[in-house]
Order: sequence, then C-alpha cells, then structure tokens
Amino acid sequence: MTYLENTVKHTPSGLRKVLYLNWALVILLMSIAGIGFLMLYSVAGGSFSPWAEPQAKRFAFGLLLMFGIAMVPIWFWRNIAVVAFLGSIVLLVAVEFFGAIGMGAKRWVDLGFIRLQPSELTKVTLVMILAAYYDWLPMSRVSRPLWVLLPVGIILVPVLLVLRQPDLGTALMLLAGGGLLMFIAGVHWIYFAVVILAMVALVTLVLQSRGTDWQLLADYQFRRIDTFFDPSSDPLGAGYHITQSKIALGSGGWTGKGFMQGTQSRLNFLPEKHTDFIFTTLAEEFGFLGAVSLLALYALIILFCISTALSTRDRFSSLFILGFAATFFLFFAVNMAMVMGLAPVVGVPLPLVSYGGSAMLVLMIGFGLVQSAHVHKPR
Amino acid sequence: MVLGGAMAAMSGVLALRMRHMQVDQADQFRLLADENRINIRLIPPVRGRIFDRNGIILAENTPSYRINIVREEAGDVEEAIARLARLIELNPAEIERALRDLRELRGDTPVTVADRVSWDDLSRVAVNAPALPGVTPEVGLTRRYPYHEHTAHVLGYVGPVNTRDLERIDAPTQLLMMPRFQVGKIGLEARREEMLRGRAGTKRVEVNAAGRVIRELDRQEGQAGADFQVTLDAALQSYAQVRLNGESAAAVVMDCETGDLLACVSAPSYDPNLFVRGISVPDYNALLENKYRPLPNKAVQGIYPPGSTFKMITALAALNAGTFDSETTVRCNGHMEVSGRRFHCWRRSGHGNMNLHTALRESCDVYFYELALRTGIDAIADMARRLGVGVAFDLEMTSVARGLAPDRTWKREVRNEAWRPGDTVNASIGQGYVLASPLQLAVMTARLATGRNITPRLVKSINGVEQPTGHGENLGLNENHLRHIRRAMFAVTNNRRGTAFGSRVIAEGFEIAGKTGTSQVRSRIVDNALVPWEERDHALYVNYAPADAPRIAVAVVVEHGGGGSRTAAPIARDITLQALYDGDPPLSAYPPQDRGRIQTQQEELSRARTIRPRDSSDRA
Repeated sequence: MTYLENTVKHTPSGLRKVLYLNWALVILLMSIAGIGFLMLYSVAGGSFSPWAEPQAKRFAFGLLLMFGIAMVPIWFWRNIAVVAFLGSIVLLVAVEFFGAIGMGAKRWVDLGFIRLQPSELTKVTLVMILAAYYDWLPMSRVSRPLWVLLPVGIILVPVLLVLRQPDLGTALMLLAGGGLLMFIAGVHWIYFAVVILAMVALVTLVLQSRGTDWQLLADYQFRRIDTFFDPSSDPLGAGYHITQSKIALGSGGWTGKGFMQGTQSRLNFLPEKHTDFIFTTLAEEFGFLGAVSLLALYALIILFCISTALSTRDRFSSLFILGFAATFFLFFAVNMAMVMGLAPVVGVPLPLVSYGGSAMLVLMIGFGLVQSAHVHKPR
Repeated sequence: MVLGGAMAAMSGVLALRMRHMQVDQADQFRLLADENRINIRLIPPVRGRIFDRNGIILAENTPSYRINIVREEAGDVEEAIARLARLIELNPAEIERALRDLRELRGDTPVTVADRVSWDDLSRVAVNAPALPGVTPEVGLTRRYPYHEHTAHVLGYVGPVNTRDLERIDAPTQLLMMPRFQVGKIGLEARREEMLRGRAGTKRVEVNAAGRVIRELDRQEGQAGADFQVTLDAALQSYAQVRLNGESAAAVVMDCETGDLLACVSAPSYDPNLFVRGISVPDYNALLENKYRPLPNKAVQGIYPPGSTFKMITALAALNAGTFDSETTVRCNGHMEVSGRRFHCWRRSGHGNMNLHTALRESCDVYFYELALRTGIDAIADMARRLGVGVAFDLEMTSVARGLAPDRTWKREVRNEAWRPGDTVNASIGQGYVLASPLQLAVMTARLATGRNITPRLVKSINGVEQPTGHGENLGLNENHLRHIRRAMFAVTNNRRGTAFGSRVIAEGFEIAGKTGTSQVRSRIVDNALVPWEERDHALYVNYAPADAPRIAVAVVVEHGGGGSRTAAPIARDITLQALYDGDPPLSAYPPQDRGRIQTQQEELSRARTIRPRDSSDRA
C-alpha cells in the first residue's frame, strides 16, 4: 500500500472534514484575535474605527480563508509550494518597481482589491518551499554541502529582496525562520555553527563600516542599534520608543491600570501603539496577569502545532507545521522582547494582535495549512 | 525536542522579564509614567496692591494679554512667527528678543512674542489656534501705577526679572524664571518685594505627549502678595508734585503725631509705567540726560548743606550745653575773624546786637559763629544726630541717605585731618561738611515741634495690620529751650523782620513756624540772578504748623533755587496749607497782596493734577 493510498483511505472527505479541524486551535486563534480587537478599540480611545473594525473584518476573512485552505488536501499545497514561492518572489520584485511607499520604505504592492505586503506572504511560502524541498530530498543527502547550499540560496533570495525595501526586521525573521526549518529538517549542526560564527563576523564588519563610504546599513538602522544598547542616551529621539514602551509596560504592575485607563497610550506617549507596540498597551492596562495570559495563549498555539506535527506521518506536513510554528514563535517572542527592551526595535508586529492586514491574512493562510495537515493526517 | 526546549526557555525568559518589570519594578515605572503625563505648573501669585492712607489705589494689577510660543510645540519657530505676523502686528525688536529666548531657553518654556496685545488681536490668534501650533494666548496681570509720576520715587516700579536680579537673590525660586515675571526694581516695590510678591501656587496637570494640557488634576493655591497701605496722602502727594513742577526740588510732609510721611516728593519725576513694560532707549536716555535728574529720589537720597535751617540745632546745642542762654547777645558787624580768616554774615552791613530770638528770626550768621565756637562741634554734631541729621532712617525706599553731622572723630577718621575752628564756624550755619536730606530736615523740624524722638513711617499697614508708628518718646530736651526755638521759628514767618514774613499764613490757628535756609553751592558769595543755574544757591525751608499745636512738619529743598525765603518758603507754605485744609485752602489764609497770584496758581495746579496726560501705550 502506497503512502498516498494509505492517506486517502484514512482521511475524511467532503464536509466531514469540518469535524476533523483542530477546533481548539481555532478557538485559541479567535481568543487572541479578540484580545487584539479589544486593544485596538482601546488605543483608538474607545472607538471601533480606525483600527478595530477593519481588523475584525480581515480576521473574519482570514478565518474563511483558513477554512477554505484546510478543506484542500495538504499534498496539493505541497505540490504548489514552488509556484507559491516563485509567485511571492515575483511580487517582491514588483514592489521594487511599483511599490507604494509607506513609513519610509517600499513595502506595499497595490493589487487593486488589497494592498499587499509581499514580504509577509514570503514568510509562509518560504516555509512551504523549504518543507517541500526536504520532503523531496532523501534523508541521506540532507547534510551534503551542495544540498545545504541550495536551500540557503532559496532563503537568501527573498531576504535580500526584503532588505532592499528596506525592512531589516522582516529580513531577519525570514533568515531565522528559514534557518530554523533547516535545523528541524536535520541539517548537521556544524553548518549552523559556521553560519553563526560568520554572522558574528558580519555584524562586526557592519558595525565597523559605520561612517565609511561603504556603510552597509542605513543611518536610522545604526541609530536603532545604538538605541538598543542604551535607550536612555537619547530619550526624546531614537530611544524614545523603547523608553516609553518600558515605562508603559512596567507601570502596569500586577493587574494593570484597567481597560482604557493606560495613561501612556491614551496620552500618546507610546509610538506605533496600534502596531508594533500594542503589547505594551495590553501590559499597561491588564498588567502582568494580562501579559502572561497572552503569552500562555501563544504558547498553547505552539503546543497544538507541535502535537499536530508529531501526529502527522508525512514529512512535508510536520516540517511545515514546525517551521511555521517556529516562525510564529519568533514573531511574538521577538516582538515582546523588543517592547521589553530585550531586543532591538526591528519592526516585528505581534501576530494576530497588531493592526495590519497582510500579516493577519498570511498568518491565517499559514494556520489554514496547519489545519489542512491536521485534517488530512493519517488516522 | 531541542527546538521545543529552546522555545519554552525563551517563553520563560519573556515571562520572567515581564514579572521583573511589571511586578518588581512596577513602582519605579509607575512613577516614570506619572512624571510623563503629569506636569507641575506654577501659578504666579497676584502681587500685593498698594494703597494710600485713605484707601486710594496707588499700584494695581490690570489684566493684560500676551502671546507666547513654546518651541517644542511650535516646531519651526520662525515659521510660526511668520504665520503669526500675518494675523497681528508684531514688534521687530520684541521678535528679535523672543527668537533669542526661544533659542536659548529650555524648549518647553513659553516665550512671549507679543505683549499687551489688544483684545481684538488676541481673539484673532485664539480663533486661528489650530493653524498655530505652539502659539498660546495668555491673560496675565501687569502692574499699573494710576498716579504715574506722582508716586514714582516712593513706590518705585516693577520690571521683568533680569540676570542682575537673579544674582542678587540668594535662592531664586522657579517663579522668577517664568517669562515676563516682574519684580520690584526700586523703591517700596523693591524693598518689600518678598511680601508684595506672595508665594506661587502649583497645579498638577495631565499632558499628552505633545505637551498639551488634557486636564488639571489638582492645585495648591499660592499666597497672594500682601496689600500695603502707605502713609502717603495721594491728593497731597499729587499737589506737592505739581507744585514743584519746573524745579529740581524735593518736599517732605510729615505727620507730627505718628511720623507718617504724608507726602514725599522729588521733582522732576518720571512715569513708572514706562519701566513696567520696559522703557525704550530714547526715553531712558532722556531721563538720564536731564540735568534736573528725574531718576533719584531727592527727598530721601539727595543730601544738601542744610544752610540756615541747621541753626536751630546749633542754638539748641548751645542752650543745652549752657554756653549760651536766650539773652546772651552777640554784636554782628557783618563779619567775624576766626584764625585769620574772615567769615561773613549774609548781611554785609551787619545785624547789630543779636540775641537768640532775633538771630534766628533774622538768620544772623555771626551770632551763630560765635555761639558755635563757644559750644564746640562735638556738642553740635551730637544735637544734630539727636534731631535726626546724620541718622539713616529705615524706610522702605531705595538709598535712604545718612547725611552727615560732622565732628572731630569723623574728620580724623575719614579725612585724616584735624578739626579746625573754621570748620565749626561753617558747620554752625549748616555749611561746610554738614549734609542733610529733605527727609532728615522734616524729621528735625517735627522733633523740634514736638520734643519727641519722632521717626518717619512709610508703611501704614500690611494686609490690614497696622504697623508701629514713629510717635517716639520724649527726647529729654529742656522744654524751655525748645520754647525759645519755637518762638523764634514763629517769628521767622510771622514777625515783620522775619526772613519768611512774606510766606506767612494769616488764618487764625493755621500759622506757620519755620526757618529759611540758603546753602552755598560754591564757596563764594554770588548774586544768584547773575550766575548759571548750576552755581546758584540751594533754597531750603522747614516749618511746622499750626504753630501752637503742630500737626505737620514740612521740609522743602529747591536745588539751585536761589534764596530760601524767596523760592522754598512759598512752596512750603502752599503745601502746608494744602495739608492742613486737606485740599485747596481758602484764599483768606493768605495775606491780601498774595491772594490774586495764589488764586491763579490754585487754578493752574488743579488743572495740572486733574488733566493727566493720556497714556497712549495703554492699549489693552
């Protein structure tokens, strides 16, 4: 009995698939998104516009998308992984030429019905193609240098394109996500050691390049690095974000100041309070209990993903789910670390909570794939 | 597994960090959050007002409107000012100063770009507020002196705090750093600055990140400055001021019961309101270059040789020392030789035989030369100080002069020379080293009139609390001696041979007892009509009235006024009568031949007092 036959025989079909969805995961997603609406409502000063309402609509659309994707067998998605990846690369290139400028960088491409951030889409398609690659590659070759270089190339193409926008945060996330997936797939640890050493060398080089005519980063990126190491050096300038963010978070205390009572965000001390720094508002208004609860919800999502990944027999599914979970983890972990002053401010949104259409839709696509794997796993 | 572990570890780190920040450091961050949103703003206290003895306001606070710019909120300051200039008229000098302040001061300090703007202009700015970030209209209070130049020297004025003021004050409060905050610069305003200023209140306001005030959380009221009541009588003060118009002169009117300064005038004067808003350079230069010197308060800081008005002191010293009695006679033949030098009497032909009464009445110099030589300078200086000459009175005005009652010790210590008999001769008639301010001469006269150690008082009450008067204890002078002096002073104005007979008062019960004085500016005797103003003698006159029951003492000094009887005495008489009658006296108080002239003068002066020059810059 072939793998395929086995799978077909043991997977639900038709509308019965709905019963096999991982409903616990759906509820978790809805809870987190709900918290997001609440916070967007709060930072808008007790109003559904301009953020909470469109965000809710997008989430509803995202849910439908997730269900739709979940209904399609996971192997279909494996088969179009290459196409999806190439498609997102094309969009990234399109941004270069037709992109709209927002927040000082070219990140958006207007497709008419939606303003899409192809770099967000890449986060899922990259995981897809790498999972498909390692699904196809026999285990014995995984650590062969040539077969290691190929996925590295696959990762670097979107990373470099995103860097050009410029969007350091997303580029780093892509790099880390891709690397994690390679690690999960079983690439020998020596490669990672080498890469990490090379990275250290590169960082040193980049820092050394400052002020010379071959400067490798934009000035604002250097400033952000400075700010990370010493936010108080410029409390009203570049360090303002992080200083105010820490104040907001810390002043929340055990139980917070109460819904809609956060002075830091209400009085506009918090920057980008509806996007990257939304977690600080949550922490300010609901305190340590609220913040840890959200962290627990995220952790539960990761747990559900891992358990799904372990229960699937097919390598693409488990690799994709683990890779996606790792990416998801990176998102909220880096975002939280960032607003708490543990990581530099690199512009990583809080998944499902921060305001932003592309990120939300892409995450729901990813969870759609997870659900698809869950539905279509052998039983 | 490795991955799962790493994720769990990292989540743990995040949770721990949250706990650390939100639980362990919560208080600290909460404080920071409060500091962020809560601004403490000062509420400037309302400066205490100043009233005259009858409750007429002499220094008040009137609302004024100004426009401030806060750099941090405005962003591009020049652009903001350019936009403002399209709405209202701006003064280029003021803008230049404002731009400098905006550059130098902390970014959140409001800087005034237009002061004393009209209500119309203010409304125009307020209506356009959304287009003018960082520009805020403000209602403030400014000091105003409704009596203008009539009270300038006594009250002084307030002005914006400058660096010199800040250096002078030990611990400048935050209040003084406020833009355009005004402090007393001179006079009573400066001497009682602390009490007049009051204490600033504070309010805590919640601000947003842009610094805009969202709401007031609470406030702690400050303490308004204390209201002062001065002893001046505004009407009399005004009268005296206009009566001195055209002269460089000073006059002091003192109450013989309490020592209250009913009037304290220095002429010419200036309008203190000009200084409040910052006087212009041409205006200031005009004041500096005026040879009549409008700025100093001649009544208390001007010191002059008292001339013959000093003779009461010399006489009293002699009587007190027993070297002379009232009947001792001296023959005046117009001059006297002392150590080979000839000292003249003002009457070259001599007065003949003089006793104390006639010598004071006719102001015979030789009599006093002889008397002083026999009495000695130390006794005279001692008596001068007992009567207030050479004593610095603690009055709430700027630079209250000590004057000088010279004696041997003084000359040895200060000039390092031995005292010579000639010095005594000079001092006996209030010349030479003797110096007294008009205030001291008034005190001297009041003490002669009452026999009490009366001291001048300027502040009558503070916040309604009466201040101690200057009534004083008995000086312990022989009442008989004083009676001789008073009788002689009465004769000066009421005896046909008296030097001030022309300035007598004929109304019964209002007679004046006085003494003329003419002090030489140069050491030679000159004909005042023939020399330039600067070289003419000072004219002095002191008197008390009514002669039989003294109520007031008056001293008048007219710089380079010529003779005391001709210039100073008529002024003193007018002021005295004005004070005694509490308004224009009836013409019947004057001798018949003066009435026509006095009537015209009364009309002129009442016009000068009522028609106040309109203050064109009082826009608001």
